[in-house]
Formats: sequence, C-alpha cells, structure tokens
Amino acid sequence: MLLIPCPYCGARPELEFSYGGEAGIARPENPAALDDAAWSRFLYERTNPRGPHDERWRHTHGCGRFFNARRNTLTDLFVISWKVGEAVP
Amino acid sequence: MTQGFRTPSGGRIDRSVELRFSFDGRYFSGYAGDTLASALLAHGVHLMGRSFKYHRPRGVIAAGPEEPNALVQIGTAAHAVPNLRATQVELFDGLVAESQNRYPSLERDIGGLSDLAAPLFPAGFYYKTFMWPAWGWKRLYEPFIRHASGLGRAPDAPDPDVYAQRYVHCDVLVVGGGPSGLAAALAASRAGARVILCDEQAQLGGSLLNEPAGEEPGWREATLRALAQSPLVTLLARTTAFGVFAQNFVGLVERVTDHLAQPGIALPRERLWQVRARQVVMATGAIERPLIFPGNDRPGIMLAGSARTYLNRYGVKPGTRAVLATSCDEAYLTAHAFAQAGIPVAAIADLRVEASAAAMAARNAGFDVRLGAGVIGTAGRLRVGSVTVQGSGGQRETISCDLVAMSGGRTPTVHLFSQASGKLRYEPGIGAYVPDADTEGMVAAGACRGVSGLESVIADGEQAGGLAAKRVLAPLQTRKPKRSQPPFGSPAELAKLPEGKGRAFVDFQNDVTSKDVAQALREGFVSVEHVKRYTTSGMATDQGKTSNINTLALMSAGLNSEVPDIGLTTYRMPYTPVTFGALAGAARGTLFDPVRKAPLHDWAEAKGAVFEDVSLWKRARYFPVGRESMHQAVARECKAVRNSAGIFDASTLGKIEVVGPDAAVFLERMYVNGFRKLAVGRTRYGVLLREDGFVADDGVIGRIAENRFHVTTTTGGAPRVLAVMEDYLQTEFSDLRVWLTSTTEEWAVIAVQGPKSREILDGLVEGIDISPAAMPHMSLREGRVCGAKLRLFRVSFTGELGYELNVPSDQAPRIWEAIWEKGASLGLAAYGTETMHVLRAEKGYIIVGQETDGTVTPDDVGLSWAIGQAKPDFVGKRSLARPAMKAPDRKQLVGLETVSSVSALEEGAQIINSAGRKSLGHVTSAYHSATLGRPIALAMVAAGRARMGEVLHVPMPGGDLDVRVVSPVFYDPEGVRLHA
Amino acid sequence: MQHFSAFALARNALTGHRGWQKQWRSPEPQSEYDAVIVGGGGHGLAAAFHLARDFGMNRIAVLEKGWLGGGNTGRNTTIIRSNYLFQESSSLYDHAVKRWETLSQTLNYNVMFSQRGVMMLAHTVHDVQVFQRHVYANRLNGVDNEWLSAEAAKEFCPPLRISPGMRYPVLGAALQRRAGTARHDAVAWGYARAADAMGVDIIQNCAVTGILRDAGGAVAGVETTRGRIATKKIGVSAAGSTSLVMGMAGLRMPLESYPLQALVSEPVKPVFPCVVMSNTIHAYISQSDKGEMVIGAGTDAYISYSQRGALHVTTHTLEAICELFPDFRRLRMLRNWGGIVDVTPDRSPIIAKTPIPGLYVNCGWGTGGFKATPGSGHLFAYTIAKDEPHPINAPFTIERFRDGVMIDEAAAAAVAH
Repeated sequence: MLLIPCPYCGARPELEFSYGGEAGIARPENPAALDDAAWSRFLYERTNPRGPHDERWRHTHGCGRFFNARRNTLTDLFVISWKVGEAVP
Repeated sequence: MTQGFRTPSGGRIDRSVELRFSFDGRYFSGYAGDTLASALLAHGVHLMGRSFKYHRPRGVIAAGPEEPNALVQIGTAAHAVPNLRATQVELFDGLVAESQNRYPSLERDIGGLSDLAAPLFPAGFYYKTFMWPAWGWKRLYEPFIRHASGLGRAPDAPDPDVYAQRYVHCDVLVVGGGPSGLAAALAASRAGARVILCDEQAQLGGSLLNEPAGEEPGWREATLRALAQSPLVTLLARTTAFGVFAQNFVGLVERVTDHLAQPGIALPRERLWQVRARQVVMATGAIERPLIFPGNDRPGIMLAGSARTYLNRYGVKPGTRAVLATSCDEAYLTAHAFAQAGIPVAAIADLRVEASAAAMAARNAGFDVRLGAGVIGTAGRLRVGSVTVQGSGGQRETISCDLVAMSGGRTPTVHLFSQASGKLRYEPGIGAYVPDADTEGMVAAGACRGVSGLESVIADGEQAGGLAAKRVLAPLQTRKPKRSQPPFGSPAELAKLPEGKGRAFVDFQNDVTSKDVAQALREGFVSVEHVKRYTTSGMATDQGKTSNINTLALMSAGLNSEVPDIGLTTYRMPYTPVTFGALAGAARGTLFDPVRKAPLHDWAEAKGAVFEDVSLWKRARYFPVGRESMHQAVARECKAVRNSAGIFDASTLGKIEVVGPDAAVFLERMYVNGFRKLAVGRTRYGVLLREDGFVADDGVIGRIAENRFHVTTTTGGAPRVLAVMEDYLQTEFSDLRVWLTSTTEEWAVIAVQGPKSREILDGLVEGIDISPAAMPHMSLREGRVCGAKLRLFRVSFTGELGYELNVPSDQAPRIWEAIWEKGASLGLAAYGTETMHVLRAEKGYIIVGQETDGTVTPDDVGLSWAIGQAKPDFVGKRSLARPAMKAPDRKQLVGLETVSSVSALEEGAQIINSAGRKSLGHVTSAYHSATLGRPIALAMVAAGRARMGEVLHVPMPGGDLDVRVVSPVFYDPEGVRLHA
Repeated sequence: MQHFSAFALARNALTGHRGWQKQWRSPEPQSEYDAVIVGGGGHGLAAAFHLARDFGMNRIAVLEKGWLGGGNTGRNTTIIRSNYLFQESSSLYDHAVKRWETLSQTLNYNVMFSQRGVMMLAHTVHDVQVFQRHVYANRLNGVDNEWLSAEAAKEFCPPLRISPGMRYPVLGAALQRRAGTARHDAVAWGYARAADAMGVDIIQNCAVTGILRDAGGAVAGVETTRGRIATKKIGVSAAGSTSLVMGMAGLRMPLESYPLQALVSEPVKPVFPCVVMSNTIHAYISQSDKGEMVIGAGTDAYISYSQRGALHVTTHTLEAICELFPDFRRLRMLRNWGGIVDVTPDRSPIIAKTPIPGLYVNCGWGTGGFKATPGSGHLFAYTIAKDEPHPINAPFTIERFRDGVMIDEAAAAAVAH
C-alpha cells in the first residue's frame, strides 16, 4: 500500500485515493480544430515511461482534491507532488 | 509408551506436563514445549514423511520452518490443516496428526515404486512424453499425474474459524526475536522509539533457545523482562513477518489458537497485522545448509545445528551413534554436544583439507577428524544404517551409524531485505548473499548479515536498534557495511565433493538431485530462473530455504561461473505460507461487501418483495401477492400502473446538487444537452458521454433555481458520474464557479406513476399547484408533503402521467405510507424494478448498461434529438465526428415483434438475416407485455432504422425464430398519456 | 531436434540422461537477419516459429532482454478460453484454442493443455444478461459456450458455494468446455526448441536500445546491448515494455503498463476440476497439475514496471476466493508474484503494421495474452511475412482508436445499471 503525498493532507495510504492517469494531458481548447489523428493522440496516447512519471491522483476519501505527483514507475517511490495549477517541478 | 530417546534432564520443555497425541493412529506422549517432531524423535520415530516425486522415506532434517520433509496434516474434517511442518506444530494434549502422500502407510507406500523407476522420471520428464496418443493426455496421463500430485488434502467443509486483522503504526519494527533482535528492540526502545518485535516461534530468543546457557547467562531473561515492562514495546510471538511492501508496509501473521487444545470461540485462529513502520530492523538469523552427497536424504540424516537444537532445546537424542559430515565449523559444536549427551561420534568427515581451529580442537579432544573427507554414499531404507566415507587419499570406509549430522554452512535469511528492494552482495567467505548497504527504511543485524558469535550479534543488534531509532527522528543516518566473518562457516567449493553413486538431493521435498541440475544445464537451461522452473528446485512448500544457495553452487560448478554471475531468483512474499483466511479476514457473507438499502427497504421487505442486487444496492424486483410467480406479479403490477397507479422506490438513483453562477455552463460542457435556456422549474433528460463519444450515463436534470440544478444519474453510475464531474471541474474547467454535492442519500425518491397519480397526490402535496396547466410534463416544483420538504418532479419512466417525489430520506417511510393509504381505494399497487423495466421498454426508453454496453453513441439509440446542436463543444462531441462513429451500418435501437411465437425472446439472443449466419445485432430487452398482450423486445441491429418492417431471424437452440423490425415505441407513441 | 517420447526417455535413462542435447542454442547475434522479433516470450517465440515454418523465412532472430519466457509468459495464471463477446475477439481467441488442441504434437513438447472447462459465474441479473449474450454470440460464431443453472454449475465444480447466504449468490454460469489451462513455461520452451531447430537464433540477455531507420524512414535494424543488427523487418512483441521499445522508433502508443499479481497455494490432492472466473466477485481460480491452486484477479490501480503490487489487492482477491470456495479458507498462499501488463483503451490487443515501414507490433493483450499465444504467434508471423494482416487480426489495428472502432469487451461486462 503506497503512501501518497497529498499536497493538502500530507502522506496518506493508497486506499484513500483514486488514480487519475498521466498528468499534463490538457484537453484541447478547440477540439473541433483537431483532425482525428490529433484528437486520438489526446484521447489515447500516453508516455507510459519506466521511470519518473507525472500523474494525477485524487484524494477521494480525504480532501477530495485532484493533485499531481511524480512517481518512479520502476520503484513506485514518490518524488514530489504539487497542486493543480502550480508549476510542474 | 516410554520416551526412550529423552535426555535424563535438560531442555526447555516442561517435563511436568505430559501430553498425549497420535501420529498415523499410534499414540505417543510428549511434554509441553515439544513440537510434534521433537516428541516423535523422543520415541525414536524418525520416519515422518514421503517425498513428493519418488516417495522416498524421509525424516526431519531441521527443527524449524525450513524443514522440507516432515509434512503432516493436523486435525480432522473442517479443522484439518494439510502440509504443516512437524517441526513447527506445537504439541498440545489430544493432537491428531497424519502423515501425507503415502498409501497405504508411511512404512509401506506403494508410491515407492516410482523410486524404483526413478531413472524414467528425471527433471522435466513430463515435458518429453505423454503426447501420444493425442487423446491419452486428457483421459489417461493427466488424471494420473493429478492424482499423484499434491501433498495433503484440502479440507472438504467450510472453515469454521474466524480471522482478525489489525493495522498498526510503529517507529521501529524488529523482525526476529533472537539475540540480535532482542538487543535491537531494547536499544530502540531505550532511545524512545515505539517498537514492535515479532518472532515466528512460541518463545522469544531464537538461537539462544538452541544452546545451553551461553556466555551471558540470564541475558535473555533479563532482556525479555525489560522489553515486557516497557510501555513502548509490543512483543508478538508466534508471529511471522511474511512480506514487506512499498514504504515499509509489512505484513505479519500471528498464529493465535493452533497450539491450544481448547481454543474456545472468543479468539480468532490467526491475526493479520498490517504494520506501517518508520524503520525496520531485520534480525532474521541464518539457516543451515545441507551437504549434497549421494543418499543424503535418509531418515536420521539431519542438519548439525538442528540436531543440536533437538538435544539442547527439546532434550531429545536424535540417535545412538553418529557420523558428522561438514564443510564448516558448525558441526564441531554438535560433535561436542553429542559427546556430552552420550552419543558416540564415530567419525567427523570434514571436506576442508586444511584443519580449522575447531577441527584441531576436536582432534585434540579425541574425535576422529578426517580432513579432506566426504560422504559418498549411505545405506538404510527407513533409517540410515551406515555411511561410506572417502578420505583424502581416496580410501573408502563404511561406518555404521543411525544418525548423520551434516553442515554446509549457513545462509543468511535475507528475504525481507530483498523484498524491500535492498541490494544483496555475495560473500564468498560464507558462500551466500548478505544485505549490502542499508536501505532508507531497513537495517539488517546479526546472523542475517553474516555476523557470528554471540557477543558480536548482540552488539550488532544494539547498534542496529539505536540506528533505527535515530533514523525515525532524524534524516538518513548510515553506518559502514560489515564484513562477514569466516567462523560463520565457509563452505568448501562443491566441486571438491567426491563423486559417488546414487542420487544426491539438493531440494528434498521436490526430489531434485544434483544430476537433475546437471541435466538442466546440459539441456540449455542456464539462467537461474530456468533451472529453478525446469528442475522445480526451490519451488516446494519450503520455498528453497535449504536448497536455493546449494542449487546456485551446483550451477556455478556446472557452468564454471562465479555464483554472483549466475544471479538470484527474485524473493517474493510470503516468507512462509500464509493462510488464505488470515488475508481474507472478516470480509465474508454479508460483510463481504457493504449492503446498501434504500429508505423504503423495510416496507418492501415486509410486503414480501423479492430483491435483486444492483451494484451494492438491494432493490425490490417485484412484489408477489399470495403465490404469484414473477411473471404473474409483473403482469399485475404493469396493469395497475397503466390503469390506475403504481408506487415505486427510485431512491437508489444518483443525485448531485450542482450549484454556482456557472452551473448551467458546466452542465452544458458535460452533457450533450443545452441547459442555459432551461427555465427554472423545468427538467430535461440529460445524456452523458465519455470523452470518446460513447454513452456513459443518463438521467433527468432539473433546474431548481438560476444557479442550482438537481442532477440525477443511474443507480450504478452515481459514483462514477460525480467523479468525472469533479475531474473536469478541478482540472479542466477550473475557471468555472461551480460546487458539486452528492445528495443520493439525502433524498428518497418516491415515484407515483399512472392515470390516477395526480388524484392520489392531490391533497397530500402542499404549496404546489399540480393541475396540468400549472405543472406540465417535465417540470419541477418545491413545496411540502406531509409536512416534509418536497422537490416534486413531474417525470415519467413509465409513459403514464407520473411524478417523482424527492423527500428527505428519513421522512420517506411515513410519506410513502400516507400515499399508500390514500391510494388504496384508487387501485394503487407497489411495483418493482422488473415492472419498471417492462413499462419503459413499452415506451422505447433505454436503460444505460442494458441497451448500451459502452460502445454505443447517442444516435445509435435514437437520442440525437437530445444533443444541443448549437453548442461548440461538450464532453464527447469531437469524438462523435470520427468516421466509425457515423458509419451507416452501426447497430441502432429498434423494436422487435415475434412473427408467430407467443413467448418473449431471450435477452442476449443474436439477430441474423436470411443472407447468412453473421450477427447483425442482439436482443437487449425482452418481456411479455401485459399492456399489449404480446411479447415485445428492444434490440440493437445493424442499420436498424432502415429496416422497419423487415423480417429477421433469431437463432435459438430449437430453430430460428422470425421477428419483425418495428419502432421501439410500442405504446402511446404520441405521448398522449404522458401529457395528461 | 531430438525427438521427445516415452521411448526416448527410457532409452536415455539407460545412459543416465547424459544424452539429452540443448533444447536451444545460445548463439552470438549475427550482423543481419531477415526478421528480428523483439521479445522472447510466448508470443514472440511463436511468431518466430511460424515465420520459419510457414513463411519460409530462415534468418530470424528473437531478442530477449532477460531469459526467454521470463516475462508475462512465466507469470500468468494459465487460463485459456475464447468465450469473448464480440465476434472479432472470439474469432481471435478461438484461432488460438484450435491450435492449443494440437500444440503438444506440433511442437513435440508436452505443454499440458488441459481442456477442463472455464466457467464464468453470474451473480446479478445484469451478469446473467451479459453472460447469456456471450453464450448466444459465441454459439452463432461457432465457439462453444453453454448456460448452466447454479445447481449445474456446482455439479461441474463441487467446491463452488451456491448457498443463498452469500452476499452475491450464484445465479448461473456460462461454461466453455473446450477452454482450460496449459503449463506456461512449457509453451515458451516448446516454441523456443522448435524454432531453434529450424535455425531461429534466440538471443537472450540482449536488450534492444535503439531502432535504426534508413533515409526513407523504413526500418534498417536495431541497436542492442550485444551490438548492432541489420534487418528490414522488426516485430515488436514486448508486452509491458512495448511503449519503451516503440518509443525508440518515435512512436507513442495507446498503452499503459499495469502490475498484475497472481498467487499459488501449497499443493493439495486434486479437488478442483475446472477453471472458475467471476467478474462480480472479482477473482479466478484453477488447480494446476502439481496440485497448487492458481489464483488471480485484476491489476493494481496505477501504472508500474515494478512487477510487484499492493497487499490489499491480494487480500481482496482471497476474500473473493474464500467467499466462493469457503472450504479453501484454510489453504495457504505459497507464492505471490507480479508481472507487467500492457493495456489498450478498449482492452483488446493490437496485432498490426505500424506507420513505419517494416515495423510491426503485437501488444495490448492486457491481462489476457497467454491464452492467445499459438494464434497470436501465427497471425503476427503472417502480418510480418506478408506485410498485411490476416483477416482474423485485421480489426486489431492501432488506427482503430483514431477512427472510433472499439472492441470493448470490458465495457459490456462492467456497466451495472
């Protein structure tokens, strides 16, 4: 059970959270302007790295807030977390 | 029966408490503090098991959890536990034990025939045969293999015991209650840390229990006393740490009652402790290694350290005449102990050519120490009777004995460190892996990191405990890695093992021999995982505790490669096997998943409703009256709704209060519909898509005020819809000023549907004009009912004039009763989900999850009208424009009528046309319509809307049924009744 | 290739089994091959086997970064079935089941394929609808599947509990009798030996570090930890590592890699005759020929390459198993492990050409790749050899997501209403 560093609540156990996938996949401002390939990239393409991964978590059974975190997908250790809207470390 | 092999005194058993037990139907006695193994040895019983493949007679080689041979079944019927190690079974009065894997008895096992045929059964033989004839595998070979496989028998009745679970936090978890662990726990607690100390044995002390009083007599007792008195310390005996997970989350299993004759009902059988420790000290000791020589598996051949344990701890003489075989100094301790106990030592065969100090001392004390000598064969069927020793000059001598104590060195127990992603380092001096640098969260202490000698391991533990306590409070502290000390035991290279005839076993339980390992290498299985899997060495229930390093040594010799270059198999939890029940805990029966009950559940139950599970909810499916079948009840309920009125509990549907100046904008971005122009007091049927364009959820949305919407969702979709909304609101649409609150459980929803519904509510509802002109279809009003708050929706899922009363949940039962009473004279009937399904199907209304399956667009199910065409964007809009989403042959919602059959179609049945047997779609909903007096069905059919009137076919086991494609709206297509 | 048989076993017994040859060589990589398969698991080895045997390509290498069969092929719960909902899927998996039925003879290696039946349990009205739809769809598509009442399900699997006291009582089950299990390691080893015998070079401990392209952008070769290898055709069959390998060619994939755990119990005498799976009470179980109960469930919640997961996934899985089979509560977990499964947006695989000429990919099998091994290998080889997909794998493209064609098996089962 991971200990996940919620930027609002501190380190809390994994069962309090929902995983939110890769971070930084911004919804395009004007979807109509994208061709199918570009739209598909937004919907489905993911970095899926072996190493540091910027991802989203929601503290569902806590403060309820989404936040971003960097976790190493090989060691599962968290490096840092930051609030939505803050600059990416 | 006398215990002929007890020492006259000594041992940590309580000779004043005699216990009776049975093994394979024979009765014996033992003492409190015995294990099953020690008690049997006290009677001279060495034969305790049969090996897995060859059914060779086996005795114990060890005294602890590393025991590979003596597997027994304890208890009977529902309390039976198979595959227990006799060395770990604590004796209690009345214990019933049976050996396993033998027929008809241990002494005469017909499986022993496979030992005679052993040359036909080398490693991996089953991959090379059983292929001809082709039908032979299923009918002959596999049944035979399966029957021969397995060790004990699974219980054949439900487990009557309960299991408990706890979560705890601590500063320092010390795993292992031997000298290092005790010292570490004491040091850590003295430094102010909260400590948990666990040990798998019934008594704490570890290796201290196996020796007569050591250099510090009383140290163990004094330390235990200090620990027991400290409020900072929790001592857990009979508790095994079986796995370490991310960030020092450690799983422990405590065995609470298995050692008790009468456990009683108040205690759980086992307890799972899930520990989050700031720091872990691993003080798990080291396990002795067997020597690999031909015939090394006969009963009476055991590990030298374990033999000493039986002598010192249990007061048992493991034999009457011993030979020692060794490649390290450990065996000499045993030689002295044997001599002192009056067991003559016929010879000591030391593989090392140079005499160590211990060897010299033994020689000087009069022992026959032969250097450069090794055992090349043994004899004796049910008990070892002699060994053949080959000396350094090649001369051979056969020596009679009934006890062989062997020692190939000790392997530090490093599993937990590796699970914690700690790096291991190979120490050639001891021929094993030790923890390298401490990890951020774990330090190792004592024998498990190669330290030996009582004073040293205590000091090492003290240091580790102090360091761990420091690291709890202060940032990362480190210490220098320790060099392991040779006196710990340096094994001679196995390449120096003299060749002998006969099989030399490396994994006892799975009957893996050195020849098997050689064969694997010969066949090209050269990686350590391949060798393990091909030979199955290390894959038995002892998980290779006495065989893994020896297998590596054999590989090293065979590949002419250094051990560290061969690699290690990954250490995985559990360290020793863990009962399913301990992990499953209390989650069984009604506690398996929470049961969610709607506000009117009790009323429905009292009325005899039959319930169904809809996600976590119990929903009333129908209300049979008298001896009605479901079919009859549903027909009656449907008729009642259409002719007078029905009352239905719709409370499980999700509700979300969407509030804020941008609430309408938010809903327009989320749903396909327009909402900005929805007037206050009006409702709209909302359709929610996934971003990839497929229908995700639906529900009626009402505008309570300019900035306040009451959004409903499906029952099963409620948590998901709210989560999706929060996701978009917090991360994409964070510019919007909107707040979301789940109100699913705040509002009970009482649906009153039918031509008499207005009449029934008239007079009950206060402050709302429910006349048709004042409250048209798809409107909502706030007021009161029976004095309680009311949000009244005029909506209908049945196609009749109808209302849904949203009232505070705790008020719902009395309000429902009031409506029920008022409606009694007007023909009001209670109806359930089944009737709800039929009535909405008659109107062609879809149910998300029944007509849709995650691959369906709004247009597919005829909901294009709901889309706000002027909206530039909403979730899913862009995806709808993709080519496949608009393809003309997409499956579309249609109705189906059976051409001649009077029975309803089967849901899920496929639909084809005359052109071939390729599926055009499937039946999504099918019912007998009491309203129409015939079967109706909804279906998704390729290009369905262009097929109106076409006859298609539904293949059934009895033949194809003809169906006609019709509009999905079977009843009142104009909607006259809706707008009454 | 030394022929395996009982006779050969007996004959070799006479010489102490010293006459067995290597089942595969450990060759040094050559500088060039006609085709290179990246990934030495079951799918990759099967593809190499078919390329050599059926498509006349004789200079083929399989590059495996670790030991062959050491990825998901060596870690799965060995379930084989083809009772999927959509016709594209059931055809794909049944293409494999048909080959499983003769695989031991084809490879002259006993893969222990056991058609003991796979039973999918229904616990709610929604489950019943979903599984009956499966039964009808499968039967129409020529795949066996039949509906059983709860009592008939218990008769087929006596340890199954069907009593009404359960939180989610069993309402019935869908049974595919031709489905079952096989011995996973044997599959990898059998394909490796057969492929090696036809001259395929299986190169272990060889990680691909780069994909080389020519001036026109087509595949020219690979860079590896054991040197550069030239080739015009690369078939990537790397499961959880696919994103990493494809990234070397500059391609981002619609894939995410999750941990999938599994466990076995201590071996016991035979007591469990088939495979049982439950979606609602999420777990699946069978008993291996060694006597161990083989148990699995779903993935951990977040992407990871650690090959380990959380304890609560294991406890939830065992809660489910003990609820369905209360007699097993006293059995003990002997080993627990994890792998890395690559999951696509619709949880169906990709077996296809890529936008890069000469680069082919076989991935996205998620938690269900082992069952498809013989079929997948054949179809991937076909695609590589002919530079176009076989009709059976034609729907499983990378582009289907862009176009909105989802073969979404999970969606139908998952949505409760």
